[in-house]
Amino acid sequence: MTEIRFTIDGRACVAKPGQTIVEAAKANGVYIPVLCHYEGLKPVGSCRICTVRVAGRFMAACTQPVAEGMAVENTAPDLEDMRKSLIEMFFVEGNHFCPSCEKSGNCELQALGYRYQMTAPRFPYLWPGRALVAGTPLLMLERNRCIQCLRCVRGVKTKDGRKVFAAVERGACVTIEMDKKLAGRLSEEQARKAMDLCPTGAILRKETGFAVPIGRRKYDHAPIGSDVEKGTGR
Amino acid sequence: MTMAHEKDIVLNHPKDPAALLDVIRDVQARSGRVSEEAVGRIAGHLKLSEAEVRGAVTFYHFFSLDPRGASTVYLNDSITSRMKGRAAVARAFEEEAGCLFGDVAPDGKVGLFPTSCIGMNDQEPSAIVDGVVFTALTPDKARAIVRGLRAGTPARDQVTSTGDGANQSELVRAMVVNNIRKRGPVLFGAHEPGAAIRKAVAMAPEQVIDEIKRAGLLGRGGAGFPTGLKWEFCRREKAAERFVVCNADEGEPGTFKDRVILTELPRLLFEGMTMAGYAIGAKTGVLYLRSEYAYLRDHLEAVLADLRKEGLLGKRAGGREGFNYDIVIKSGAGAYICGEESALLESAEGKRGEPRDRPPFPVQTGYKNLPTTVNNVETLATAARILVEGAAWFKAMGTTQSAGTKLLSVSGDCERPGVYEVEYGLTVAGLLEMAGGAGAKAVQVGGPSGTCVAPAGFGRKICFGDLATGGSIIVFGPGRDIFEIVENFMEFFVEESCGWCLPCRAGNVLLKKTFGKVVGGRGTESDLRDLETWGKLIKSTSRCGLGQTSPNPILTTLKSFPELYAAKVLKDEGSGPAFDLTAAIQDGCAAANRQPECKESLHD
Repeated sequence: MTEIRFTIDGRACVAKPGQTIVEAAKANGVYIPVLCHYEGLKPVGSCRICTVRVAGRFMAACTQPVAEGMAVENTAPDLEDMRKSLIEMFFVEGNHFCPSCEKSGNCELQALGYRYQMTAPRFPYLWPGRALVAGTPLLMLERNRCIQCLRCVRGVKTKDGRKVFAAVERGACVTIEMDKKLAGRLSEEQARKAMDLCPTGAILRKETGFAVPIGRRKYDHAPIGSDVEKGTGR
Repeated sequence: MTMAHEKDIVLNHPKDPAALLDVIRDVQARSGRVSEEAVGRIAGHLKLSEAEVRGAVTFYHFFSLDPRGASTVYLNDSITSRMKGRAAVARAFEEEAGCLFGDVAPDGKVGLFPTSCIGMNDQEPSAIVDGVVFTALTPDKARAIVRGLRAGTPARDQVTSTGDGANQSELVRAMVVNNIRKRGPVLFGAHEPGAAIRKAVAMAPEQVIDEIKRAGLLGRGGAGFPTGLKWEFCRREKAAERFVVCNADEGEPGTFKDRVILTELPRLLFEGMTMAGYAIGAKTGVLYLRSEYAYLRDHLEAVLADLRKEGLLGKRAGGREGFNYDIVIKSGAGAYICGEESALLESAEGKRGEPRDRPPFPVQTGYKNLPTTVNNVETLATAARILVEGAAWFKAMGTTQSAGTKLLSVSGDCERPGVYEVEYGLTVAGLLEMAGGAGAKAVQVGGPSGTCVAPAGFGRKICFGDLATGGSIIVFGPGRDIFEIVENFMEFFVEESCGWCLPCRAGNVLLKKTFGKVVGGRGTESDLRDLETWGKLIKSTSRCGLGQTSPNPILTTLKSFPELYAAKVLKDEGSGPAFDLTAAIQDGCAAANRQPECKESLHD
């Protein structure tokens, strides 16, 4: 198989044919922040946090395949500020109260907020009214924290391929709906997987919580992305 | 009784998820809604989750989980409709029906709902009532429609006079008028029926593509991709099957030129679709017809039947051995985003009309994941004429970069609204003179996603490279409020965003909110800088063309009319109140059930 040669911020990198910019960057020890992307699921480019610039054009690194000779800009100051804007936009679009959230410390949105040193968002809060769905035995859907990354839509299916989660409505009214009938039939393992898939605290396993205390959680030890960058610095 | 029918309706469709929108459409038409029971039944039949079915129902304007009334009025909410007296018409509808827009009358007989531009901007205010188009509405006509529906007269029987041309035919019977103001040599030139198909099949497919490439035909939907190149890319893909998809979902507010082609020149369009099919090696062409134009469907089906009889479609199309080609019509269900080619494909496959990521492009992975060329109605009709008359003939018209003619839909404050076939390179001033739009304060070229041009820019040319447009031109007279226009456009984008990606879904809401703050007189200069920065952020990071153009109403008016914005903002940086304190207090008082001290505004 022939290797593709490309650069990220001037650094020479190699990729396998068919790899997306995000995948190839990771393989080369370069972290490109992502939220909606999840390894093993088809990328959908919904959060746009991974936006990079190639030949003056902006594109989502999670959906764009690497091409020979591509010069990817990843950490230009204006790009990083755009990403920070998008992270802040997520915080004003939903209702995120980190201190009381079961996912605090394991939440990828929160972790990105820290990584980008977000303080107060530049946008006005929208304070949407969002209904919580709790009528299934194992799972609850706390839509105040949902960022509509569509990971659950893609990743949680029944054996015959039916989607347990689906997007309903359009535009600013889009919400994720949990199919109560199908969610009621999920196994313990599937329910756990659904919660782990969710980058925030929107999908929660009922009846258990705070098994790992705050302070000893994933991003309490090291910032998001540092595993990718390990040994390469930044 | 209704339920029994509904069950049969569902079961009559194939057990294929691709049939989802067709099933929903039939159920909606039968019962005026898609009930919980129907959702369950559809999900069971198509092996989908109920959440998925609800996802599809709630995506489209003309589908609903809640009752929409025995009869449903969809009143167009475009800016032109508002300029032509929509408010009074809406009031009349509400008074007569006994409910507000967004609701169903207490007797359940009539429901009133707003909808985005229905392609009748040259004859506003207009509405679709049970699939029947009513144009040039007045308050009296609105009342009469509701009274008629209540008395049991179907909408169709309330059409007492029909428009011109094919609008009069028994299969259409619409009060819509064509308003063809200028017939150009390409689309409206004399055309011998079938000539394009016969000429195409006598050539090699590559020669057909070559002729279109040499003509320099660029996509007429607005994006301007070279048509010949698109066909060539599609033909080169190795695949068992390829498709031609015609995008007949012109949803840009202010555009209606494809309505006129579909009404008066359907044969030319189908000839274009057939030669495209021959060129790329397809067996099937799909016409994706916007729901707003469903009244033309029987007419279009009849034309297809004629073409089959004449041997121009079907087995050995055009008499060419081995070329078996037919055209099917797929219906939309009301969604602006479905004019975006990959969203259109999703919708044609029976799903929510959410755009796809590119690459892969539709020429590689299109309809049913097979190579597909998606072309605009006008593009295909134009291609048919090019093949007959030759590339050189076509190239002699227009400008070097933008060959040929363009069909423009002109509406708003002008004496002669309608369709104009003009050569590329015409100035805005030249068009205003043709249409009788003297004294215009601004001209919106390309609809809300396009550019708002101030008089200083009336010398600019309509062509690729300057003012590129899919053809929507809205003229704003001297008395118009630019901010009202921008607000309507931003409402449109917020309403029509599919909601898939963050910047378009939330960014446009934030942009509109801050714009409202400025227009309300509470903005500062830093808000103007925010509008510009956030607008650029949304454009740069959005996933598809909708978000990439949605800030244009604000960005282009900031550029064309900076003095209007400057006059609105407080010079005192950062110290103005971000919200209307009085209104906020009134909300609080209302919630607490207490009357505020200051009562004037409440008793107006």
